[in-house]
Amino acid sequence: MQLRRPAVLNVLLGASVFLLVAGQPVLAAEKGPIRVGFIAPFSGPFAQNARDMWEGFRMAFDEAGMQAGGRKIELVSEDSWVEPAEALTKLRKLAERDRVHVAAGSLLAPSSYALLPYVESQRLPFLSPISCADDVTQRKPGRWFVRVGWTCSQTMHPFGEYVAKVLGYKKVVTLGFDFAFGFESVGGFQRVFEEQGGRIIQKLWAPANVQDFAPYIAQIKRDADAVVGVFSGSAAVRLQKQYQEYGLKDRIPLLGQGTLTDEHVLPGMGDESLGIVTPLVYSAALDTPENRRFAQAFQGRAGKSASYFAAMPYTAARTIVEAANAVGGDVENRDRFLEALRAVQLRDDPRGPMKLDRWGNPDQNIYIRRVERVGGKLQNTVVHTYPNVSQFWTYKPEDYLRQPIYDRDKVPGCRHCQ
Amino acid sequence: MAVLDTRPTRWFAIVSVGLMVVLPPFLSSYVLTLLTQVLIFALMAMSVDLLLGFTGLPSLGQAAYFGVSAYTVAVLTTKYSQGFWSTAALSFVLSILLAALFGLIAIHAAGTYFLMITLALGQVLWGLAYRWVSMTGGDNGLAGVPRPDVGVSVEDPTRFFYFTLVLFLVSAVALYLVVESPFGYSLLGIRESEGRMRILGYHTWLHKYLAFIISGAFSGVSGILWAYYNGFVSPQDVSLVTNMESLLMVALGGPGTLFGSTVGALIIVFLRNFVSAYTKRWLLILGGMYIFTIIYAPKGLLGALRDWGLRRRLPHPSPAVATDRGGAPAGTPSSR
Repeated sequence: MQLRRPAVLNVLLGASVFLLVAGQPVLAAEKGPIRVGFIAPFSGPFAQNARDMWEGFRMAFDEAGMQAGGRKIELVSEDSWVEPAEALTKLRKLAERDRVHVAAGSLLAPSSYALLPYVESQRLPFLSPISCADDVTQRKPGRWFVRVGWTCSQTMHPFGEYVAKVLGYKKVVTLGFDFAFGFESVGGFQRVFEEQGGRIIQKLWAPANVQDFAPYIAQIKRDADAVVGVFSGSAAVRLQKQYQEYGLKDRIPLLGQGTLTDEHVLPGMGDESLGIVTPLVYSAALDTPENRRFAQAFQGRAGKSASYFAAMPYTAARTIVEAANAVGGDVENRDRFLEALRAVQLRDDPRGPMKLDRWGNPDQNIYIRRVERVGGKLQNTVVHTYPNVSQFWTYKPEDYLRQPIYDRDKVPGCRHCQ
Repeated sequence: MAVLDTRPTRWFAIVSVGLMVVLPPFLSSYVLTLLTQVLIFALMAMSVDLLLGFTGLPSLGQAAYFGVSAYTVAVLTTKYSQGFWSTAALSFVLSILLAALFGLIAIHAAGTYFLMITLALGQVLWGLAYRWVSMTGGDNGLAGVPRPDVGVSVEDPTRFFYFTLVLFLVSAVALYLVVESPFGYSLLGIRESEGRMRILGYHTWLHKYLAFIISGAFSGVSGILWAYYNGFVSPQDVSLVTNMESLLMVALGGPGTLFGSTVGALIIVFLRNFVSAYTKRWLLILGGMYIFTIIYAPKGLLGALRDWGLRRRLPHPSPAVATDRGGAPAGTPSSR
C-alpha cells in the first residue's frame, strides 16, 4: 500500500508553512522607505468619516511628493471596523508585522484610551488627529501620543457661553453618544452653560450604532429651549432627519457638537440641517487663503467638499513630513523623531493658527457655525470666532485638572435634571 | 467516539504540542501574538465542542462566560488593582456561577431551541456589557489591563505565549479527561439518543447541566486569558460575532474531536489577520472556507484526519493476503 497523504493534510502543511513564512516581519533595507500606518473605520457607520480622513491624510503626502527626509513614504492603511476593539488589533499588526515607524488615525474617543497603553509600551509615535479623548492630554498624558486635533470639551466650553449669552437659551436637553465622546462634549458644554446661568434639564444617551432615534426623541422634555446633539457619522444624519420628521425642528431648535453638521455628511442633507448652530475647530467655509487653497485642492482630488475629518489628518500628515525633514529622515531614532513631531509648528494650517500647549494639545480658534444654504449648497457659515482657545477654556490648568474627567453620571452630574 | 483513538490524530496532537513548545523563540512577535490568540480561542471552541460535538447541544452563547470572566478581570485589575490569583479565581468562579444560572434556563430545550435560548442569553450579557456603562464602560470598553503578576514577568510576547500555553494544556488535558471518562461517554450516549439513555436510568438533565457548567468554566478560563492578552475588553468580545466564530471553529476543526477546535481556531485567526492585510474582502474568503468545509469536509478537518486513520485500519479487499477476522492492525502495510 502506498502511503498517500490525503489532500487535506497537504493543504494544512502548505498553509502552515505559508503562514509561518508570511508572518515574519518585513525586512527593510537599511534606509528603506518611511512606513506610516493609518487606522480608520472604513466599514461600518463611520465609513464616510474614515474615507474623508484617508483622503485628507494621503493628500498631504502626495503634496510632499510621497517623500520626506530624503526617503520615500510608504502608507499602510487598516480598517478598524469596530472601534475601539479592532483599532487595537490593527495597530498591533501595523506595529509588529509592518513595523511602521509612525502611525496615525483612529476615530472614536474611546479608541485613544484603548490604544494609549499599547502605544506607550511599544514606543511608537502615534498621531491622533480626530479622536478627541480629553484625558490623553490632561490627566493621563501619553508621551508617544501626539494630538493635532482637539479635546471634546475644547469646542463645547465656548459653545456653552455662546448658547447662554448670544442665543439666550435657558433650558437645554442634551442627547449624545453613550461613550467618552458624548460624556466629554456634554460635560464641557454643561459646565460653562450652567456657570452662565443656563440649566441642563435632561441628559439622554444613545449607543454608538444607534439605528433609530424615535425612542430618544419621544423622551425629550417639551419645555426645553434647545436640544444639543452630540453625534457624528450616520447617526448624525439620522438624528437630523428624524428630528424634522417628528416635528421638533420648528419647535425646539437643534444645536450640536461640530461633528453633527460636519461636511462629511452635510452634502447629502437637506432642509433638516438648516439653521443648526455648532462649534468646531474648522469649517470648510472658513474664508482664509489657506483654507480656500486646501478646500479647492481637496474638492479637486476627492470630488467632495472638504471637511473637518479631512482637514485634521491633513495636518497630521504634514506634521509627520515636517518632523521627518527635521530629523533628516532618521525616523529609526524614535526619541528624536518624537521630539521633532512635538516641535512642529505649521503656520499655514487650513484651520487657522494653532500651537501645541504644554500637554500636547493645540491652542486654536473655535468657530461657531450655522448651517446655511449658499449658492444652492449647504455649508457651515462661520458666525463667530473665539480666538486662541485652550483645552482648559478660561480656567487655570491646575484647577481644571483637579476636577475628574467628565463622565456619564457624576461629573458634572445633573443638578437641574427634572 | 474516542478522541485520540487513531494514529494520525495521536501524531497530530504530539507534533502540534511539540511545535508549540519548541518553535516560539524562533518566531516573530507578531506571529506569536496571533498564536496566543489561537490558543485562547481554541480553548473557548473546545468548550463549545464539549456541548456540540459530545452532548449534541449547539450553543451560540458561550461568549457570555468568556465575557463575564474577561470583564471581571478588567474591572478588578483596572478599578481595584487586584493581583492575578484573586482575580483569576474570582473570574473563574463567576463564569461557573453564570453557567449554572443560565444552564437552568437553557438545558430544558434541545436542538434549535437550545441554539435560540443560548443565543438569547448570550445577547443578554452583550446588552449588559453595552449599557451598564458605569461598570463595563459600555462602548468605551475597559482599557489598561496589565499583564498578570505571576512571580515571573510575562510582559513580552514569548513569555506570555508560554504562560497561555501552560494554561491551555492544563485545560485541554482536563477536558480530555472529562471526555474520556464514563461521564463523557454518557454525554455521547445522550447525543446519540437521549430517550434511550433515560430508559437506561441515566439522569440526562443532570448530565447535560453539568456539561453546560463545565463548558462555561472553560470558556471562563479563556476569557481570563483574553483580558490579560489584549489588555482591553469591550462589548465586541461578547457579541454575536464571537459566538458565531467559536461555533465555526468547531465546525471547521471537527465537532466531537475536541482538538479539532485548535485547527479551526488556527485557520480562522490567521485568516482574519493575514488575509485582511491583502484584501478588504477577507470576509468573503472566510465565508467561502466555511462553505467548502461543509460540503467537502463535513466532519471538519480533524474529523477527516480521524476518518482516514480509521480507514487505514480496515482490512483491504486483497485476495492474495489472508487477513485476520478483525482486520489488520493499524499501520501494517499489506503486501501488494
